[in-house]
Amino acid sequence: MNVPTFDITRRTFLAGTGALVVSFTIPLEASAQEGEVPTAPKPPAKLQGSLADTPSLDAWIRIDADGTITVFTGKAELGQGTKTSLRQIAAEELEVAPREIHLITADTAITPNEGYTAGSQTIQNSGTAIRYAAAQVRQILIAQASGKLGVPADQLKAENGKVIAPNGASVGYGELVSEQMLHIEADPNTKIKSPDSYHAIGKPFARVDIPGKVTGGEAYVQDMRPEGMVHARVVRPPSYSAKLVELDETEIKTMPGVIAIVRDGDFLAVVAEQEFQAVKAMRAMTAIAKWQEQAVLPDQEQIPAWLEANVREVGTVTSVGADTAAGVKTLSAQFTRAYQMHGSIGPSAAVAVFKDDALTVWTHTQGVYPDRKAIAQMVGMPEDKVRCIHTEGSGCYGHNGADDAAADAALIATTLPGRPVRVQWMRDQEHLWEPYGPAMLTRANATLDEKGTIVNWHYDLWSNNHGTRPGSAGSLIAGRLMAKHFPPDAAKLQISPLGNGDRNAIPLYDVPNQRVNWHFLADMPVRVSALRGLGAYCNVFSIESFMDELAEAAGADPVEFRLRHMKDPRARKVIEVTADKFDWNNDPLPAGKGRGFAFAKYKNHAAYLAIALEAEVDAETGIIQISHVVSAVDCGEAVAPDAIVNQTEGGILQSMSWTLYEAVHFNNTRITSPDWSAYPILRFSAVPDSIEVHVVDNPGQPYLGVAEAAQGPTGGAIANAFKHATGKRLYDLPYTRERVKTTLGA
Amino acid sequence: MMRLNVNGAVHEVEADPSTPLLYVLRNDLKLNAAKFGCGMGQCGACTVMVDGKAVFSCLTPIMLLEGRRIKTVEGLGTIDNPGPMQQAFIAEQSAQCGYCIAGMMMRAQALLESKPDATDADIRTALEPNLCRCGTHMRILKSVQRARELMKSASATPVSAG
Amino acid sequence: MRLKHFLFGLLGVVIVACAGFFAIAWKSAIAPIRPLDRTSFDQALIHKGAMLAAVGNCTACHTQPGGRSFAGSFALPTPFGTIYSSNITPDPETGIGTWSEAAFNRAMREGVSRDGKHLYPAFPFDHFTLVSDEDNKALYAFLMTRPPVKQSPPANELPFPLNIRLVLAGWKLLFFNEGPFQKVASESEEWNRGAYLVNGLGHCGACHTPRNMFGAERAGMHLAGGQAEGWSAPALNPSSPAPIPWTQDSLFAYLRQGWHADHGVTNGPMGEVTGNLGLLPDSDVKTIATYVAALMGTPSPERQQRGEQIRKKIGEDFVLASARTDTPAGRGAAIYQAACATCHDGSRPLPFGGINFHLSSTINAPDAQNAINMVLFGLPAASGRQSAIMPGFAAAMTDEQLTDLLAYLRETFAGQPAWPDVAARAADTRSGKFQVSVRPSDGIERGPDDIGAQDQ
Repeated sequence: MNVPTFDITRRTFLAGTGALVVSFTIPLEASAQEGEVPTAPKPPAKLQGSLADTPSLDAWIRIDADGTITVFTGKAELGQGTKTSLRQIAAEELEVAPREIHLITADTAITPNEGYTAGSQTIQNSGTAIRYAAAQVRQILIAQASGKLGVPADQLKAENGKVIAPNGASVGYGELVSEQMLHIEADPNTKIKSPDSYHAIGKPFARVDIPGKVTGGEAYVQDMRPEGMVHARVVRPPSYSAKLVELDETEIKTMPGVIAIVRDGDFLAVVAEQEFQAVKAMRAMTAIAKWQEQAVLPDQEQIPAWLEANVREVGTVTSVGADTAAGVKTLSAQFTRAYQMHGSIGPSAAVAVFKDDALTVWTHTQGVYPDRKAIAQMVGMPEDKVRCIHTEGSGCYGHNGADDAAADAALIATTLPGRPVRVQWMRDQEHLWEPYGPAMLTRANATLDEKGTIVNWHYDLWSNNHGTRPGSAGSLIAGRLMAKHFPPDAAKLQISPLGNGDRNAIPLYDVPNQRVNWHFLADMPVRVSALRGLGAYCNVFSIESFMDELAEAAGADPVEFRLRHMKDPRARKVIEVTADKFDWNNDPLPAGKGRGFAFAKYKNHAAYLAIALEAEVDAETGIIQISHVVSAVDCGEAVAPDAIVNQTEGGILQSMSWTLYEAVHFNNTRITSPDWSAYPILRFSAVPDSIEVHVVDNPGQPYLGVAEAAQGPTGGAIANAFKHATGKRLYDLPYTRERVKTTLGA
Repeated sequence: MMRLNVNGAVHEVEADPSTPLLYVLRNDLKLNAAKFGCGMGQCGACTVMVDGKAVFSCLTPIMLLEGRRIKTVEGLGTIDNPGPMQQAFIAEQSAQCGYCIAGMMMRAQALLESKPDATDADIRTALEPNLCRCGTHMRILKSVQRARELMKSASATPVSAG
Repeated sequence: MRLKHFLFGLLGVVIVACAGFFAIAWKSAIAPIRPLDRTSFDQALIHKGAMLAAVGNCTACHTQPGGRSFAGSFALPTPFGTIYSSNITPDPETGIGTWSEAAFNRAMREGVSRDGKHLYPAFPFDHFTLVSDEDNKALYAFLMTRPPVKQSPPANELPFPLNIRLVLAGWKLLFFNEGPFQKVASESEEWNRGAYLVNGLGHCGACHTPRNMFGAERAGMHLAGGQAEGWSAPALNPSSPAPIPWTQDSLFAYLRQGWHADHGVTNGPMGEVTGNLGLLPDSDVKTIATYVAALMGTPSPERQQRGEQIRKKIGEDFVLASARTDTPAGRGAAIYQAACATCHDGSRPLPFGGINFHLSSTINAPDAQNAINMVLFGLPAASGRQSAIMPGFAAAMTDEQLTDLLAYLRETFAGQPAWPDVAARAADTRSGKFQVSVRPSDGIERGPDDIGAQDQ
């Protein structure tokens, strides 16, 4: 079959960057790339982080006459601790204690538009913007104080909310501010503080949200209780393409507490005064509704073949050096990954109220601006009449049901003007309707020379787009179900530096000749979108597994083999620290035990992470038990070291769960894994004995995103430990007990 | 009208007797800690204590609870005066999104109240019914171990009579 | 004079009887052998042995949960006390490493260990005696090639005189019919194969046949319902309590995959049985289904009709129970609504959704034990694999509340009166006076595997 080759290469993209900065505008809604911050026309000098899109200082920082400092961020707290680390950054440059900062997060009425809180870019983009803005504000305050105190600015210093002169005279920040003082553009030449003067960045600082969360404080959108709030439940179709054929509402209407039934095409919901009343009505409605279903899903067992057969176009991710170089040994391998879930512990929820022609939605979406735009289109309102306010939900790990729950609440709220509507998805609704991490197929092929160095590298991946976020109203479940049936956004192949399905498909290793291609699938019978790491999880799993195979063919130790191909000193550092702390060696282990190593630099642009672990494999039961794990991570200047450790431990355990257990199940009509019984995840009995995370701090260096850095390497390390323990390699994710037993029994 | 003893205080609640405790705690009593995670007893986010034992509040109708002692995270202490379990979780910074944590704390509290000398292995086994998706397991274990020590030393301190 | 003669005569008879008994009861030791070279066994034979060990479910009793396979020390509660299983790994000191094939054969055929001691019928030699010499050979090959583990079981907790093994000789005399399986000529090959598997290695009767006060299976009550590890094993004959009668097809499917839409998931000790059967070829599982179906016989027209009615009822529209809390059944309905309906109302399909109680053998069973076990302990989640999960309600429900719930379920779903002794049974179950083993329902939990990996 002739597949058209669309030749956007990374090199041609980057070559045009200079011109692109000035003239290239990507409208927000078309930006399907995970975490990409669109650029707008701006002056030639480069503003840092998100200042590039929102250059006005007062968009970020406000100081009131009483000295209260408010910092605005377009990013959201997802459990990564950014409500705390962003405060540390602002406090550093503003010379106050972090607790003095009032932080307001993603709100379309108030905060800058920073796109999605995704791709591990909060510190990189928002933190950097706040850093430079705060530094400039401090300098403005000092300049103002200089005028007021009659002392040259270079003799003044800011401390604890005051500007202080050498003679002890001081003036508080509040006394220095005036109307519009900060309504100026950021100066790209602003100088920031040096690490030797830090009092907040890099210092231990307890998270501001934990005390409330462990003492029953109001913390999540699920905790909201506005006056007059009513409870809603949606009734979803039994499968993606099911159509409602019959629904007799009579009995439901008479159930205790039922206020309204919402029926718009295939969109169904019921609203009641009390929550359990809504649940009972939902169950009744689910039992009564009759749907027409279609068998349109592919065979779960045949997904790799399906991926190969349904390619829309092939994109070149990279093509460098000669096409093939002569070598002595060529190896190839194929890897696969199943559809996998975000699996948020708290199913998605939202609160919305439609009042005075305006719609307000409290939601845990990662992108309040894009979600607002899609919702506005869906309900047919102007965007400026719709406000989305980020309110925490449980961890989302990417694009889960949050945006859709927000849309559900919005749609229902428009039918009940004046009443705040709370929508809570049920467990099976989250399991069946959240967009999954896409299934993938990868093939690696490489050639070694006589010295055991890799001279040639081919890597191909097959995958959908890893991002179907809003988008238009058609990206929302409600938008597709309602009578108007907004069409889904078209999936387009886009090759970009930070990657999507091709994230981390280019190995960081020094290989002169590389060809990496993305065989892109546009058809999406199973709903997919961004899951932590995007393509990096499967690509790093594949590459790191393959590196071990190459190391073995070269007769080399896996760690030494990686160092052999790595000049980047920061990469070498995390590899060496990990190997050292783990006591990596080649001593034989008892039968069934193995050690495995892996490394990646997330996106090839973000944090460096290496990991080593030991695992034991029981051939009788197929159980893989990981005993201890050591990891080293370098994310530039460490703002909140404990948060980095927390996120890395979390990423390791989550990736372990993906790797050992997780696959979405489906037949030709429906998704068949509706809850934790059919989609098991890590429980305490399988947790390792120990996990050590070493943060390689680089004060003064730019921030590198770290929250997703562990996903890929953990998969690779488990793969390699398994091989070491058993002598056989598993190429297909997840490593279920059945797969282990079949492989070892063969 | 049902009377429920929650954290030592008796509340009169108008909800239907078949209403699961979770909804009554959250909606009638405005208590935030116990959370909805699955409604099916698979994840433990709703865990509270009844007569000293851990239960899934999402599946316990209030009609079963007349005259029984219900304890939630709110009964372990306050933000200004956190109890040992809460102190431990704060000290270990034991949360990422934090959604599962209240359930973990109650499961652990039930264990330590009935078995103050619970071993590290006991703690792991006791927490098996509770899921954490963020991967905070290591810190949760450390927190419970820390709480165990805090609770032991608190009980060892003699309480003065007068 | 007469009396003296009589007494002497009686004494003589007793002495002769004792001597005779002793002659029968005392078994000689079979000489220990040097531990065998594992590579001396034929791969195909080992493979066959693995399959047979799966049928025999050896690992269920000879492995402690979480422990090393076949190393024993599993505590088996019996009405007479607790018996700890022996180590059957080929360890020479603590296992069977010094057992010759003849010794192994004798253990299976006669229930006697290598050193001449009678084995407790907790080891179901009364079934294993049926196993052919050829199959024993394969089992021997399999066990002798397992990893050896050094582990000795704790002493059995049995009262006098049961702790004296010689007593078992008397038991055997009364209740044990030794000897390999004899085909029934009038039945098909399939039936005979099924009978061989069910009554031999399968030892289904060990759980599914009622026992007398000496702990022996009641003659003439073959598979009429029994008990194991605190669970009632339903009757597999015409008194089967299943609301929708079993058929050969449904039995096959249930044994093959561990669940059936009409009958629920296997739980309790049965979970491991179906898990192990998962290793067998379809043909063997089919023969088991054939034999059991034949035993159950064709269901009566009344049962067939009732089955049809139940199917219709399930397909009917959802009916909301009203929560009147002044009657036990009314209170039970309210409990059902809040605690059970989410999973059991039929909106979630098996094997992960709860069974619709109209279909439940447990609710239709003659006694309440299984229902009590399920409500108190549920089905724990298996680690890292798909498994039906049911929470236990021991902490949430009192015995009175449990009684109300079961009264509602019996009345509404089985159309039968409440069991009379729920509260008392529940109290004993909670306290541990009546011991119940609780396992996840994830099929192949501890099944032996197709070996090959061990021999690397």
